[in-house]
Amino acid sequence: MIITFVEHDGGRADRSSLEALTFARRLASGLGDSLGAVLFGPEAAAAAAGLGAYGVTEAHLVDDSRLDAYAPAAWGRSLAGLVGTTSPAIVLAAGTDRGQEVLAYAAAMLDTPMAANCIEVRPGEPFEVTRQRWGGSLLEEARLDGAVRFLTIAEHATQPEEAVAPSTVRVAAFSPTLSEADLRVRVVARVAPEVGKVSLADARVVVGGGRGVGGAEAFSELEELAGLLHGAVGVSRVVTSAGWRPHSQQVGQTGTRIAPDIYIACGISGAIQHIVGCKAAKTILAINTDREAPIMSRAAYAVIGDLHSVVPALSAEIRRRQAS
Amino acid sequence: MNVLVCVKRVPETGGRVTLSSDAREIDTRYLGFTVSPHEECATEEAVRLIEANGGSSTVLTLGPEAASDQLRAAMAIGIDRAILLETDGQDWDPVSTSVAIVDAIRAEAAAGVSYDLLLFGNEAADSGDFQVAIRVALALGLPCINGVKSLAVKDGVATARREAGGGWEVFEVPLPAVLAVREGINLPRYPSVPGRLRAKKKEIERSVPVARLVGAMGPAAGPEKIRLRLPAETEGRVEILGTGAEAAPAVVDLLERIGVLAR
Ligand SMILES: Cc1cc2nc3c(=O)[nH]c(=O)nc-3n(C[C@H](O)[C@H](O)[C@H](O)COP(=O)(O)OP(=O)(O)OC[C@H]3O[C@@H](n4cnc5c(N)ncnc54)[C@H](O)[C@@H]3O)c2cc1C
Ligand SMILES: Nc1ncnc2c1ncn2[C@@H]1O[C@H](COP(=O)(O)O)[C@@H](O)[C@H]1O
Repeated sequence: MIITFVEHDGGRADRSSLEALTFARRLASGLGDSLGAVLFGPEAAAAAAGLGAYGVTEAHLVDDSRLDAYAPAAWGRSLAGLVGTTSPAIVLAAGTDRGQEVLAYAAAMLDTPMAANCIEVRPGEPFEVTRQRWGGSLLEEARLDGAVRFLTIAEHATQPEEAVAPSTVRVAAFSPTLSEADLRVRVVARVAPEVGKVSLADARVVVGGGRGVGGAEAFSELEELAGLLHGAVGVSRVVTSAGWRPHSQQVGQTGTRIAPDIYIACGISGAIQHIVGCKAAKTILAINTDREAPIMSRAAYAVIGDLHSVVPALSAEIRRRQAS
Repeated sequence: MNVLVCVKRVPETGGRVTLSSDAREIDTRYLGFTVSPHEECATEEAVRLIEANGGSSTVLTLGPEAASDQLRAAMAIGIDRAILLETDGQDWDPVSTSVAIVDAIRAEAAAGVSYDLLLFGNEAADSGDFQVAIRVALALGLPCINGVKSLAVKDGVATARREAGGGWEVFEVPLPAVLAVREGINLPRYPSVPGRLRAKKKEIERSVPVARLVGAMGPAAGPEKIRLRLPAETEGRVEILGTGAEAAPAVVDLLERIGVLAR
């Protein structure tokens, strides 16, 4: 069996978990193996019911009210326990915060390696994976050992796809054995997202600003354009390191991954660590004084010139058309 | 209070990466080196904690002799001590790395140095294994919080917050604890000239870690790197819409075409 750790919200599996399940189902069918899932939390049963569409035949619901709030080590311990009783060949999860974390705990508890952010798996002996390094700007082919193979699947690398024929999900409760130490780390409070704000990760339009913007004040030009397009402002690391903008606006390997319809990158050179954060944009438009900047080979469109004249001209043109 | 921060030397890549001829490493002939931004922030956080609470901060790396540069960079912003677990420059996998770090922390304890906080980056910049901190914490029996973007330490308790779904998750653990932090938790300072000079003169404590794993007796290590490869890139040709402000109408036409401009 292949067991997938499934994250869910409001009784439905998260998109990244559906990606992982799609990946896992293909792997399982290649191996002639079955697909199982493990879910935590009070809404686990509801979420599990929807997994037949993805080919899951067996869902393990971890049954322990102490685990209703997220508790990384205890969730990992539960998964390790489940592995002990079900002996899967492979355990996988989406490469999300929780996916990486819960699998890393379970793998470590079982003295087994784990490969993070895989995009391909070649099962067999040796068992090989291709995984992302440097946030996805470089790939590594690696050998993964262990009686059970633990791996996470890079987000956005697989499209979620339902199985041709849905399966019936057999649901089983699993009661983990936990120690006090496993329960030390728990979410004790949550702060809800700000309402009404266009979030960078979900924005359809992102206006990006880099070193070329030149200072904190000049960002008002980018704010204006983003506002007219109901979009968000994103920035490069140079900008956050200089304190011109908060880190929450940083796009890239150590910032946010964006996937807008259009990314308007102003005064950004296109360093590889920035590109991994914006390459999911449908269209990239670069505004740069340098025709040879690396961003030019990633962008579909470009305007060559000083952003301080181009960006205000764009806003003016939009206003002019909106008024007419 | 004693704080240990773990950092990893990585090449500072720019617009384009090339690989060594055996495809096992990045070609670093024309590159500088650095540590992950997450680890720069972990280092800054360590310095701030000691400034606020007193005590001592230590930076540790497992890497080649050249990684002394990264240790000195940390001392230049105020870290007190530096430990180099010296390798021959080959990349160590995350299991072996965590074992070496645990051994070093145990050796420190045997010499009478115990740490209240062990700070890590959330993931290493190059390998992105997302696990060394967790493995170290489990081996030492310590609680661990990952993805930390805000931290307060008071009366022996660490309150850490991390981003989740646009909002925040709050965790609370007693010290000693392991925290893996993310860039954004603070704005690291630049080293001062006197800071740099001081760091240059400081001693680096060295030892050679033993890769004492793999095989039938010990736990399995890995993942084991076979080779690197560059992802296939769809490098289309860029269409220049114009030069300077005159390009505005062409750009706005484009915005209308792709449907992001409501009229
Ligand atoms: C491990 C690691 C992780 C990293 N993570 C990230 C990350 O998450 N996000 C990130 O962004 N970076 C990240 N970086 C940093 C990255 O390598 C680059 O240093 C950074 O992206 C460069 O930012 P920039 O493009 O704004 O600046 P620069 O590279 O200096 O480029 C400025 C550009 O502006 C143009 N320009 C200047 N003036 C004007 C003008 N008036 N009008 C128009 N154009 C102008 C220039 O031609 C140039 O192309 C990371 C680095 C490392 C080592
Ligand atoms: N070679 C190393 N030396 C010291 N610390 C390391 C090393 N490798 C990883 N780490 C630490 O562990 C964190 C997570 O690494 P990883 O699990 O490899 O993504 C990094 O951000 C560092 O803080």
